[in-house]
This record gives sequence, structure tokens and C-alpha cells, in this order.
Amino acid sequence: MIRFKDVSKQYHTKDGGLTAVNDVNIEVNDGEIFGIVGYSGAGKSTLVRMLDGLEAPSTGEITIDDVNVAKLSGSALRKQRQKIGMIFQHFNLLWSRTVLDNVSLPLEIAKVPKAKRTERAKKLIDLVGLSGREHSYPSELSGGQKQRVGIARALANEPTILISDEATSALDPDTTNEVLDLLLKINKEMNLTILLITHEMHAIAKTCERVAVMDSGRVVESGTVFDVFRHPQQQITKNFVSEEFTTQQGDTTMTLEQLVKKYPEGQLVRLVFHGPQAELPIVSEVIKRYPELVISIISGAIHQTQEGALGSLDLQLIGAESQINEALAYLKKMRVETEVMHHE
Amino acid sequence: MSNSNGLQSYFQFHNVDWSAMMSATWETVWMTLLSMVAVVIFGIILGLILYETRNKPGIGYQLINWIVGLLVNIFRSIPYIILIILLLPVSKTLVGTIIGPKAALPSLIVSAAPFYARMVESYFREIDSGVIEAVESMGATTWELITKVLLPESKPALIAGATVTTISLIGYTAMAGAIGAGGLGNLVYQEGFQAYNNTVTLVGTVIICIFVFVVQFVGDRLVKWTDKRTL
Repeated sequence: MIRFKDVSKQYHTKDGGLTAVNDVNIEVNDGEIFGIVGYSGAGKSTLVRMLDGLEAPSTGEITIDDVNVAKLSGSALRKQRQKIGMIFQHFNLLWSRTVLDNVSLPLEIAKVPKAKRTERAKKLIDLVGLSGREHSYPSELSGGQKQRVGIARALANEPTILISDEATSALDPDTTNEVLDLLLKINKEMNLTILLITHEMHAIAKTCERVAVMDSGRVVESGTVFDVFRHPQQQITKNFVSEEFTTQQGDTTMTLEQLVKKYPEGQLVRLVFHGPQAELPIVSEVIKRYPELVISIISGAIHQTQEGALGSLDLQLIGAESQINEALAYLKKMRVETEVMHHE
Repeated sequence: MSNSNGLQSYFQFHNVDWSAMMSATWETVWMTLLSMVAVVIFGIILGLILYETRNKPGIGYQLINWIVGLLVNIFRSIPYIILIILLLPVSKTLVGTIIGPKAALPSLIVSAAPFYARMVESYFREIDSGVIEAVESMGATTWELITKVLLPESKPALIAGATVTTISLIGYTAMAGAIGAGGLGNLVYQEGFQAYNNTVTLVGTVIICIFVFVVQFVGDRLVKWTDKRTL
């Protein structure tokens, strides 16, 4: 179990102090995929660097299975680091080594004999689906393949924890999904705890059970991914969730503001369905009850999360304001999450 | 020999003592190669010290960095012709003579090693810090970082830098030759300049040029062969 307890990190710069991480409390259970989402500069990377002992927290403590990471140094710290695998946005492979030698590197450092190294590395290369490319150099591989090598390398020392630091941020959507599927697979097969650091809500929705949203060094919201998606509390979380809903619409990738601008008439609402509600004829019920309302569907999407499907539907309601308000009240009664998009 | 005037003086090949030319060439080659090996070894060691002690907390590191940096800068800024003369007593103590190719080695190494050390330091600094942190996070020791990351990942640059350094070493050997270190520089100075044998000057020049081209060619090939970034 990973536990961040009251962790803060201040940096001293020429312009005074800078608080990169502010009073963070997170607990990650064994075998869980836990997401940390935030924009760049939110303190995610600092959190990871502290977990790996590359930096020490200013106050508070970070424990992995009740071992305080900041108290470790020298060979004890190096031993601890071997229990944590890391994958990175820019892969950080050694270009001077082949795929096989890159995957073997952590084993060399752990003083594993050569025959065993090669055997284990080959098994891992097979696991990540790169058999036959053992003797290629990283420069001969695509981004997705490089990240697979990164994952194989991270797993070499049979770690208990895998940290994914923006590992899919440099990849295209299809490759991102492939890599995320691979992470899900190894999480299940190896019962690996995965800490997924990202700014893409999509990666979180697809893989994580729980998520913490970070902003300016603080955890502003946390809970199960399902709940956070359904009832985002903070504005920043709403932004992340809505980015995910909007960018899923294929080529009409519009932000809320753009939607509001494009459909100036009436009222725009976004409905979020989950589980059994998705099967109820709620929209047609609204049309029946309020026949004077003109309802047009702007877009819709369905998202698979670890706990089930979430649907979103953007509607434009045109008609008398009282009617619109009644329709919204009805939707609320039917326990559909409704978000009204306001005209600026 | 009264043929010191006119362009045809370059082509009096019967005036060339070819066996002297051969042995001078050989002296130049081994002076260059021997000092190159020493320069690469010392340069990498000094470069590593500069890199590893740079911006590290602790007064010890800062002191080492400052001292090594200062020495490197001092010896890099002394003109070579003056450095030879300055180091004559050192050569006398180390190799027992101030005449001949052996005597030139200390000054060749002392002049080129700091030059190469600064290059080496900059090559190490160019390595992606993400890669270094990734290997650190695997639990690598400093020694493992040096042997598994710093040296292999900068190998093509190290070779390219060694090529440039070797070529300037060839120039230095000629200069050293002029004050008695032997080799082609010595031969051209004595025969070509002092005895007005322009043909010896021309032949010496051509041989030096060929040597430079060979070094450059081998260096370029090695860089290409070791660089796996672009395939």
C-alpha cells in the first residue's frame, strides 16, 4: 500500500518560495489502478519523484508498505527503487541498446546472471507483444512500440508498483488505447499496483478505479472514477470530465463555449446517464410531456469506465423558459445528471 | 643546392631522402596515436570529474570542480609552442630527454587532454536527463550510470570529439618537431626550411594531409557505425 500523509514540498527559488505539492493525502491499495489527473504544473510529477526517492518531501511522509521512502538512502534506497517500475512520456530508452538490452538493463543493475536476464527479458518482450523485435534499436520502433519496451523494462525486476508518468501523452489515440489495454492486462495478470499520472481524463476513465484530481499542488477532489465522472464537484474536475466528453465526438471536437456559440437559441443541456437509466426512454418521455418544446440532439457519446458505461447526450431545448425549466426539473427527478450550459 | 627559387624547386624528387621521410612519417604517426590514446583516457576521466562534481551540493564537490576546472582552463589557454618550452623540465624528469618524439608526449597530452575534457563534459550534459533519471530509478549506482549510460550514450560524440582532437594533435606534433621532437615537422623544418629543399616541404605536406584525411575518414566511419539513433 502506498500512503501519502500530509505531504508538502516547497522549493526555494530566487523569487521566494514555491509550493509544488500542498498537504496531499492519498492512499493507494495493493493491486489497484489509481489515477492522478491534473494539468501540467499541478504537482503530479513532484509527487512521483518523491515516491521514487528522487526528492524528499518538505513535510509529511510517504510510505510504501509502511517503509518511509524519504528515510532510505544508499543501497536501501536502490533496493526500494527496484520494487517500483516507471514508464515515461518520452519513453527514456537508451538508444545505444537494442530492445533486448534495454529490457535487460534493470536486471543487470540488480545483478541477475546473464542467462536468466535474457530469458526473463524475452518473456517480457513477448508479454508486451514485441516478439521478433528483440534486436531492433529504439530508433527503428514506433512510439507505441517504444512505450511497450518501456513497459517491459519497467516490469523486469518484478516490481509491486508501476508508475506511469504521462506515459500515453505523446501517443496518438489508437496507440494510447493499445497501451492502456496492455496496462489493464498486466494489472490483472500480475496483480500490480499502478499509479497512473496523466492530464487525459480518457486514460483515467478507461483504466482506473479511483482518481485524485490535482490543482496547484492540492488534491481538490477524489473518489471512484464513476462518481467523479457523474458528480464532478470542482470546476477543474468539470473541465476534465467535459473535455473527455467533448473530445470523444470524433471530428466535432468542440468545447462547451464553442457549442454555446454555435447554438445560440434556447437552452443547451448535457445529460449524463449511467447504468440502468441508459435503458429508460427518458428523452422520448420529455418530448411527450412537453410537446411545445423543440428538442434537437447535438451530440452523444458512451464511455466505458471500469465500473460500467456512462452515456452523455447534448441537447438543445427551444421553447418557453417555464417549459424548459419544467423539463429540467423532470430530468432531475429521473435522476439524470443535467448540466445547463450557460450563454456567456 | 641552388634550386631554391622557382616553382620547379617543389618537384626535385631526387633530392628527397625517402628513408628519412619514412622514419619521420612513422615518428609523427606514433607520436600522434600514442598521445591520442593518453588524451582520450585522461580527457574522459577529467570530463567525468567535471560532470559529476558539477552543481552537486557539498563543499568537497565544489572544490574539486573548481580546481579541475581551473587547471583545465589554464592549460587550454597556453599556446602550444610556449607549453612545450614550459614543460621541458617535466619532459626531462618523466622521459629522461628533451629531444625526440618521446619528449614531446607530455606536452602533447597536457595541451590536448583539457581541450578534450571540456568536450567530454559537454557531451555528457547533452544526454537526456530523463534517461539518466530512468536508470537512476532502477537503482543504479554512480558507476553503473557512467558505464551503462554516460559512456555508451555519448559514444559517437566521444569519437567525433577524439577525431577533432587527434587532428589538432597532428598539428601540434609538427610544431613540436620544429624544436627537436622529430617527425615530419622536424624534417620539414631542417631540410625544407633551413636547407631550402622545397620538395621535402611539399612531400611532408602531402603526407600530413593524407594522415589527416585518414584520421577523419576512420573517425567518421566509427561515428556512423556506433550511432544507433538514426538508422
